[in-house]
Amino acid sequence: MDSSGLGVRRAVGFVAPALVLIGIFLVFPALWTLYIGITNYQLTGPAAANPQVVGLDNVIEAVRDPLFTNSVWLTALFVLFSAVIGQNVLGFVLAWLLRSVSPWLRRTTEGLVLLSWILPSTVVAFLWFAVLSRDTGTLGLLLGSPETSWLVQYPMTSLIIFNVWRGTAFSMLLYTSALAAVPPSQLETARLMGASGWQTVRDVVFPHIRGHVLTNTLLISLWTANDFTPFLLTSGGPNHQSEVLPVLIYRQALEGGQLGYASAMSMLLLVGNLAIALVYLRLLRRRA
Amino acid sequence: MSPLWIVRRIGFYVLITVVLAFFAVPMLWLASAPFDAKPGLGLRWPDWTLDNVATTFEHPYTLTSLVNSLVLCVIATVVTTVLAALAAYALSRVRIPGRDLLLYLLLLLSSVVTGTAAMVPIFVMMLQLGLINSQFGTALVIAGGMLPAAIFILKDFMDAVPRSYEESARVFGASPRQVLAHVVLPVARPGVATIFVWAFVNAWGNFLLPFLLLRDVGQQPAAVLLRTLYDEGGSANLTVIPVFSLLYSIPVVVLYLFVSKRYGFRFHGGIKS
Repeated sequence: MDSSGLGVRRAVGFVAPALVLIGIFLVFPALWTLYIGITNYQLTGPAAANPQVVGLDNVIEAVRDPLFTNSVWLTALFVLFSAVIGQNVLGFVLAWLLRSVSPWLRRTTEGLVLLSWILPSTVVAFLWFAVLSRDTGTLGLLLGSPETSWLVQYPMTSLIIFNVWRGTAFSMLLYTSALAAVPPSQLETARLMGASGWQTVRDVVFPHIRGHVLTNTLLISLWTANDFTPFLLTSGGPNHQSEVLPVLIYRQALEGGQLGYASAMSMLLLVGNLAIALVYLRLLRRRA
Repeated sequence: MSPLWIVRRIGFYVLITVVLAFFAVPMLWLASAPFDAKPGLGLRWPDWTLDNVATTFEHPYTLTSLVNSLVLCVIATVVTTVLAALAAYALSRVRIPGRDLLLYLLLLLSSVVTGTAAMVPIFVMMLQLGLINSQFGTALVIAGGMLPAAIFILKDFMDAVPRSYEESARVFGASPRQVLAHVVLPVARPGVATIFVWAFVNAWGNFLLPFLLLRDVGQQPAAVLLRTLYDEGGSANLTVIPVFSLLYSIPVVVLYLFVSKRYGFRFHGGIKS
């Protein structure tokens, strides 16, 4: 077993520095969220110096707060349309189509898709301002309606389309490697039997990649639900119409100074993340 | 060559073209606006000029912020890569008590506890520790967030390094340290390089944590300064923003080209089906 000759003690020494850092900057904040979430802690004022424990009041208040329920709903729409449907489908379609094109077209397309994934988010925000802004925006010029201010009039739709552009690369990469594992002989048989493209995908390809679809859907859902980039595009506006959870938490905590209340919302987001991750790990284990 | 076949071919290429345009059009701004005499938030054929570049370098904070980005990114990336490599190697080779539980928890942590979900306690913690405006502190927070995933991915690479290499090295009397430095790391280099690039790109683009934790403009990285330039508004900054966006994007693009040339942009292992 221990081919390295490390021994348990030295091995623990190798793992410890990483665990200390994870403990301080990840585990402790996560647990502390639970504590701050049951206090009335604020950034300034009397409750800043001397926060009082208020129990589950914050959680109850959040659930009744129209801003919070609105935000949960918007986050659900954002995840469903931009990740579960948008990135998933476009990522698969790209992986599927790019198998049969010339290498340079394949490289160009993959390169552009990957670039949209790795460019810094603040830069990407400007790229999309240039597409969606009023008067000079590219989309307005293309559609002949330069007076439309897309981010103001259709904030959620804009964010969803933006996020499909931003995140499809991961799904494309994952499905490309998944499709490589589908036996070519089965695809050939399907073709000889006259199956259409859709029939081939449904009956031959899908059974092979079901696990990948699951992995992909859950990962991109988690990332999308926790994405802070919408803040850079719309800051949650206009009038809370695109205020997804990460943006709401930021605005409550740092702009409103309601640290306790915002922590309670973070706690609910953490619980949501945990639920998705546990479902995923359980499904994964059942398949193994 | 039936008519149906031709129609389908045409449809196929129309689809590819539309997708290509969808991904390419937003990026054209990065090629045109920096060199336009009157840059704006929109796409147009530029009045070519290089004046914007000079204006950008004259701005008091552009160069500082790029240096800050580099400092932040190098600390976070090196800490992540080194600690993750050590931990992944030990976890791959030695059955430490509770190892499987630890790996399970790392997998959960890396997906569940995100910077956005934990931003309030992280902010409060750094505030109370007096580490607001500390680049080193911010870099450690970023590294802490990346470590679980980095360990997890690297462990897959380490598992793939044949143990027989280490055993032969030990037969010839190499110490564990020598085995790691001269046998395992060279073989696992693609994995380490992957994590290095992944961590660098993540840390370079990270906006939320520096935005929360570095309030002093002299300490802020490019990600935050770019946002500040926008929030301030004004026509002067529209000459700075495009060039600055381009400069700030270059390292990521260069790394991408390097990786795709050297290793190919593919998933190797690590993806469970």
